Amino acid sequence: MLDFPRWKQAWYWFLTAVACLAALPSIFSIAGAPWPTTLPHPVISLGLDLAGGSHILLEASPDQVVRQRLEGMEENVRAKLRSAPRPIQIGDISSKDGSLTFMVVNPGDVDAMRELILPLTSGAGLTGQRDWDIQVVDGTRFVLTPTKEGIDQAVSNAMDTATEVVRKRIDALGTREPTIIRQGAQRIVVQVPGLKDPAALKALLGQTAKLEFKLVDTSALPSDLAQGIAPPGSEIVPYAEGGSMIAVKRLGGIKGDSLTDARAGNNSQTNENIVSITFDQQGGEKFAKLTSENVHKPFAIILDGKVLSAPNINEPILGGQAQISGSFTAQSANQLAIALRSGALPVDLKVIEERSVGPDLGADSIRKGMIAMIVGTVAIIVLIAASYGRLGIYADIALVINVLMILGIMAVVGASLTLPGIAGFVLTIGAAVDANVLINERIREERRRGRRIVQAIEMGYKEASRTIFDANITHVIAATMMFAFGSGPIKGFAVVLMIGIVTSVFTAVFLTRMWVALWLRKARPADIHL
Amino acid sequence: MALLKLVPDNTNIKFLRWQWPTTIISLALMIGSFVLMFTNGLNFGVDFVGGEMIRVTFTQSKEAPVPALRTEIEHLGYGEPIIQTFGAPNAISVRMRLPEGAERAEGAAEAMTKRISETIKAAHSDARIDGVDSVSGKVSGELGWTAFKALGFACIAISIFIWFRFEWQFGVGAMISLVHDVVLTLGLFALTQMEFDLTIVAAVLTVIGYSLNDTIVVYDRIRENLKKYRKMPMEELLDLSVNETLHRTVMTSVTILIALFALLLLGPKVIFGFSAALILGLFVATYSSIYAAAPMLIWLNVSSKSFVPVESEMDRQERLARERG
Repeated sequence: MLDFPRWKQAWYWFLTAVACLAALPSIFSIAGAPWPTTLPHPVISLGLDLAGGSHILLEASPDQVVRQRLEGMEENVRAKLRSAPRPIQIGDISSKDGSLTFMVVNPGDVDAMRELILPLTSGAGLTGQRDWDIQVVDGTRFVLTPTKEGIDQAVSNAMDTATEVVRKRIDALGTREPTIIRQGAQRIVVQVPGLKDPAALKALLGQTAKLEFKLVDTSALPSDLAQGIAPPGSEIVPYAEGGSMIAVKRLGGIKGDSLTDARAGNNSQTNENIVSITFDQQGGEKFAKLTSENVHKPFAIILDGKVLSAPNINEPILGGQAQISGSFTAQSANQLAIALRSGALPVDLKVIEERSVGPDLGADSIRKGMIAMIVGTVAIIVLIAASYGRLGIYADIALVINVLMILGIMAVVGASLTLPGIAGFVLTIGAAVDANVLINERIREERRRGRRIVQAIEMGYKEASRTIFDANITHVIAATMMFAFGSGPIKGFAVVLMIGIVTSVFTAVFLTRMWVALWLRKARPADIHL
Repeated sequence: MALLKLVPDNTNIKFLRWQWPTTIISLALMIGSFVLMFTNGLNFGVDFVGGEMIRVTFTQSKEAPVPALRTEIEHLGYGEPIIQTFGAPNAISVRMRLPEGAERAEGAAEAMTKRISETIKAAHSDARIDGVDSVSGKVSGELGWTAFKALGFACIAISIFIWFRFEWQFGVGAMISLVHDVVLTLGLFALTQMEFDLTIVAAVLTVIGYSLNDTIVVYDRIRENLKKYRKMPMEELLDLSVNETLHRTVMTSVTILIALFALLLLGPKVIFGFSAALILGLFVATYSSIYAAAPMLIWLNVSSKSFVPVESEMDRQERLARERG
């Protein structure tokens, strides 16, 4: 017991010093004092619930990806037919129940048709599965169904793009250190610290910004429109302002995904808020072609499935630039410009969970948490010193070192402190002394049984250590479960508990044992006041 | 200076004399908790049922205009909001569950949150939104399942650990006292109708850890005494073990309670429920480690015969010294 080799002492002191030093920058930062930047400064990061900010969980629906794939396939099939070496006539093309179907008019063309569309499918995934399943039923009817592998891959690609788009949009807001992570197959987690207006962020992320230019089908009868019946090859689209409907040609339009720039501005003549867009080379050419071929006809500007406006094409627009109007406010025009610049989301994203904390509430939580921690610590320190005298004071010093070590380790490993994490701190402070209580109670008992001091202390540490080990394992198990299953703030709680368990065994058992041993050797007390 | 002793030395309280009354009380409380959980039900927060919780501070007012808010929000047609003051009289939380049938609707929670916060801001110019929790029905279902899994796995993992470290009777005893603690804590939540959200699950998991901590300390001592006093009647031995560890049990509970009460009374109001759950759970856990965990061993027929006697090296030397005179 008294034998405590110098290397072991040195090692304990070294560990203590390193961990405590690592805590210093964090303490300076919480207290608001400057820390010299020339020194390493690992500062404990604060969770969103303390720093203020938003946690937003977005989810895409795979149904939409499937629908888009069917639409894309239909266009591809038509394009193939146009460029086919030998014309093949098809009819009754439609997509329903997740498949695209059409009939080949001449049964002799079935094989040629199959040859034609086979290159439109490709391998998906590692299993060698193709992304489309082609079947011919009743001799002439083609049924094209996206396979599960194909859909999964399409969703995955869409989510990759969506994550990038989300990142661009958040960067455009100029927030610092946002975290954008894909989660699972269909979700994106967005965490933005220190955000003033979460509603604006959500509005921006919720906007798909799919811009389309489609020709208006003027043949549609108003009575049919009212009933929602579209002429063949057209579809009914509502106006963004609500109320009326309009029929537009389903195919042959231009998508707004080939933009190089979008800026919010103001039309000096009408004093309207507008968004000016610039197409890239290819998009500009397509746009020029569409407008040249359809002069004096109306075309609809459609944003996310709603018509913004349907102006007449007065003259061909050749410069690759256009202006969009549609009763914008300055804010919504700016928002649309950002959304268009960052590109359209390949899928709609829905906010399925939001947790926002304002900066005031976060600051209040830190302040009150610190007060609770200090008051609790001081009360415990007094109680332990009053109960166990010298050994109690050792335990108290160990307790303070324990707090510093937890802070230091968290700062170095980059674990963030959350509000439940502060509670974890307070709890750890209350529980860390349990080890010393166990040890000191045991020493008392051994003394009562008449053991000599050194033996009593040795016995106390030995017997109590086993119990301390067993008891701490249960905490580790509980904390691991919280870490594995918990959400952000609760993970923060679990992290503090786990670090606290390790450091408290070190400080409350190892360090106090060293101090007691050194004291016994130096003072050789005849009795111990316990 | 005399040292403080929360419990006098050498107590000899006959805890086990009360084993039947306390068992009946424990059983009654457990049954009561179950009944409450099914009749009153737990007051699930938005984490588990979906919906929104908005925290608002009225910066220019002394008191939050609760009755006005209630009418304004009821007019939106989602149902009756739960409005509570929160820390200060001018700070409130407005909680609204997803209306019946909207649990599966995508974006329902989001739309509802938006409308409610806009309504509050429009009607009260000094309203400052301090926090928003909005959880869709889909996510709340997942969170509930996750919480259930975490609790289940924790119980199983801990039981396996105790089974390895102790004899099986101890594992069963620990498991039963653990279930007792969890059920009673949940019962208290059903009784008080405090909001039950994700952080409370974390609190319950922590209570499980502490409950077992206490139980293990007592069991450890029982095991030691069973080896030491092989002829002592079981009841007497359990009493002795509980008494020997009593000062530690009280001392540790007191230090943790000091810390937790500081958190409850001085700490952030956001985690009031969390602190309260920990405190309630800790009381139950301390009680059960004395009254549920120890008597269980009698009924499970633990005796000195369950162990091979082991004499520690120090004890052996002392015995030899005595024998030599």
